[in-house]
Amino acid sequence: MGRASSKEDAGALFHSLRSAYAATPLNLKIIDLYVGFAIFTALIQVVYMAIVGSFPFNSFLSGVLSCVGTAVLAVCLRIQVNKENKEFKDLSPERAFADFVLCNLVLHLVIMNFLG
Amino acid sequence: MAAPETSTAAVPTLYTNNTLRNAFGGVLSFFILLLIGVMAFSIRLFSVIKYESVIHEFDPYFNYRVTQFLAKNGIYEFWNWFDDRTWYPLGRVIGGTVYPGLTLTAGTIWWLLNSLNIPLSVETVCVFTAPIFSAFASWATFLLTKEVKGTGAGLTAAALLAMVPSYISRSVAGSYDNEAVAIFALIFTFYLYIKTLNTGSLFYATLNSIAYFYMVCSWGGYTFIINLIPMHVLLCIVTGRFSSRLYIAYAPLVVLGTLLAALVPVVGFNAVMTSEHFASFLVFIILHVVAFVYYIKGILSPKMFKVAVTLVVSVGLAVCCAVIAVLIALVASSPTKGWSGRSLSLLDPTYASKYIPIIASVSEHQPPTWPSYFMDINVLAFLVPAGIIACFSPLSDSSSFVVLYIATSVYFSGVMVRLMLVFAPAACITSGIALSQSFDVFTRSIKFQLPGISSNTEVDAAETSSATAEAQNDAVKTEKSEETSKNRPSKKSKKKEKEEKPSTKAKAEKRLLALPLDSSVISLLLLILLGAFYVVHCVWAAAEAYSAPSIVLTSRSHDGLHVFDDFREAYGWLRHNTDVDDKVASWWDYGYQTTAMANRTVIVDNNTWNNTHIATVGTAMSSPEKAAWEIFHSLDVKYVLVVFGGLVGYPSDDINKFLWMVRIGGGVFPHIKEPDYLRDGQYRIDSQATPTMLNCLMYKLSYYRFVETDGKGFDRVRQTEIGKKHFKLTHFEEVFTTHHWMVRIYKLKPPKNRIRGKTKKSKSKTSSTSSRGKRSGSGKKNPWQ
Repeated sequence: MGRASSKEDAGALFHSLRSAYAATPLNLKIIDLYVGFAIFTALIQVVYMAIVGSFPFNSFLSGVLSCVGTAVLAVCLRIQVNKENKEFKDLSPERAFADFVLCNLVLHLVIMNFLG
Repeated sequence: MAAPETSTAAVPTLYTNNTLRNAFGGVLSFFILLLIGVMAFSIRLFSVIKYESVIHEFDPYFNYRVTQFLAKNGIYEFWNWFDDRTWYPLGRVIGGTVYPGLTLTAGTIWWLLNSLNIPLSVETVCVFTAPIFSAFASWATFLLTKEVKGTGAGLTAAALLAMVPSYISRSVAGSYDNEAVAIFALIFTFYLYIKTLNTGSLFYATLNSIAYFYMVCSWGGYTFIINLIPMHVLLCIVTGRFSSRLYIAYAPLVVLGTLLAALVPVVGFNAVMTSEHFASFLVFIILHVVAFVYYIKGILSPKMFKVAVTLVVSVGLAVCCAVIAVLIALVASSPTKGWSGRSLSLLDPTYASKYIPIIASVSEHQPPTWPSYFMDINVLAFLVPAGIIACFSPLSDSSSFVVLYIATSVYFSGVMVRLMLVFAPAACITSGIALSQSFDVFTRSIKFQLPGISSNTEVDAAETSSATAEAQNDAVKTEKSEETSKNRPSKKSKKKEKEEKPSTKAKAEKRLLALPLDSSVISLLLLILLGAFYVVHCVWAAAEAYSAPSIVLTSRSHDGLHVFDDFREAYGWLRHNTDVDDKVASWWDYGYQTTAMANRTVIVDNNTWNNTHIATVGTAMSSPEKAAWEIFHSLDVKYVLVVFGGLVGYPSDDINKFLWMVRIGGGVFPHIKEPDYLRDGQYRIDSQATPTMLNCLMYKLSYYRFVETDGKGFDRVRQTEIGKKHFKLTHFEEVFTTHHWMVRIYKLKPPKNRIRGKTKKSKSKTSSTSSRGKRSGSGKKNPWQ
């Protein structure tokens, strides 16, 4: 009884998640896709390191942290661009995107320096 | 014409009055800030006026030498510099072991000024870097406190920081050390973090990471930032103040900050591998989990959310436990649990004395005494608790950060007196908040009770936004002001009964709680008196206590001012009378000064990174002449330098430091046993001293021919006559003693060419008499084994 209800609970949960997510605007979905891609790239790098070994460590670190960094920055962009966020309603999306680009520039400058 | 004008001009007058007042306030605060900067700069110039523009102490000489190298050879040479003039024969990789922030800053300033054709020397730039950056630090304090409580509190905090003695002690003109720049970087990083937290702008988050990078470049104390900010984020999450601004403030900082910290060669991979940084990663993960939970909660209905929670908790808990178990196993496998020695000695104050005597021996690593709190932050000690309470009403993200900052810095300042320096800005911020709030309350009470002001009540009613908060503050503030008014018991009883009296004003009767006029005037005067005491104390501390360059000493006697310039005399002698490649051995205190001023290679210096090498020198100083000669000869030493204060009464000489030589040497070479040198548990050099003590090299080099000065050999520091007065040196010869006998330089006598046929006998004799188990006396044997 517990099992079956939890299974159908999981199914109902899955459906409601899916329907709720489908309601998000398109630009946010694109950002989410970008975040997912960055995390996926980071995972691939970690698996590669587990297979091949971590030398040179600074390259591994810069690769993984660049993926994580772009993911984090994209999430910040998503927060600022999301129209449902009351705190950011007077922040224009252009300004948010400009900040995003600036932060990415700094991040990748550091990455290129650290890559070795 | 006039009548309609006045009626229509009523509302615009209100508006222009406000903007005019705001504009006036803005200009006034700008000029106040400028004056605060000038004051911060000038109060640190006492040592330049009283002595000369010279670099102080020990560590600044190393930084000065590195800056000279940078100025002469450029940045690529500096980055790859391997220094062979110190820690002979090991050398030191300067590029990888120094925090480059300070030297790069001063080098940049020097280069900039020289390219503008202002030909300041490197020394001048180095001497005045600290006062300039203290002016910047007070401006940064203004910005930080303005974010927390407003402009008035900001100005007060900036004025307090410009003068606080604890900060003056490490940033006086000539004290060219890491903290001069690092405190500015610390406050500025905190300001940018709070600004990001308040505005949620990614631009400030980027600036925050860059400021954090500057902090990592400047000082090892950056670990305080990277642990305090995660602690604050955790506090915000736990107290239910999670918001998306928190995410924007913290997450980019962790990623960018870790990368930038790893860029600095000193930190390198420690940025991801040592326990000091684990807190930031842990909170990073927790923040993401919490953000995800909030997001799911936002898009699901409450029933579905409950289902999701039960599902996730059952599955996720198992995964979580596994991950945590792996992490704990990893951390526990290292003996220090991943923390560095210095951080461990902060967390466990008894750690250093048990395991690392070198850290324990540094005087600035000792815990502070109670008087040092009053000496270093003076009046702020009373105002800090008031400021903490003021931060709680109302509690915002930024004020909770200030409370956390001051709580942690108080703890760390209690562990190590050097960290009073990190506590000082926190004390200034909270005291600034307290002072500014109380001034607000008192002046507002006065303003509302002065006759003729009641016509302006409509103007003031428009700006009662903070009045509600202050009405609650009033009751608290009167109690605090009672404590600050030190010796007025009658006033205290009067205030207590007037506390509950409500104000009887026309418009604001429901909100404002004005204090009686006379008590607010008196309290205001008392607060100003408090400030005056603070200023007088700070100026006195800066002039008398913290401006000594310690390389030049002065003393006043009935026949005028005596100047003791013995150190520079000795280093000058070394520079001009020895070969360039000669090695000089001394205790590690003087290493930096010797390389910088005498330009000779030294064996050990203040970096103290190699305990065994220092123990070797310590053993040599504690051994008899022949054994010491063997050790020094194996290290290619030509000259031995000893500091002796017995003739003039200089208390920080090598005989007083001798106990550390014995302890550190004994920690590595077990044949040096501390009880051999102690009589009744004390180190003595008089006739009651142990024979080991009277025969050791340090005693002999300090007191050689000392009896010739006054016939009795009376040591002014130890206040006793020395034990062994007439003796000759067999393996060393005295080459120079400075004017006041403060520095004595000896040369190693070369080994004899012929031992006159007694070769085999003398070898067996030395191997039996040198009962120092591990060493046998024939010259070339390695004394480390």
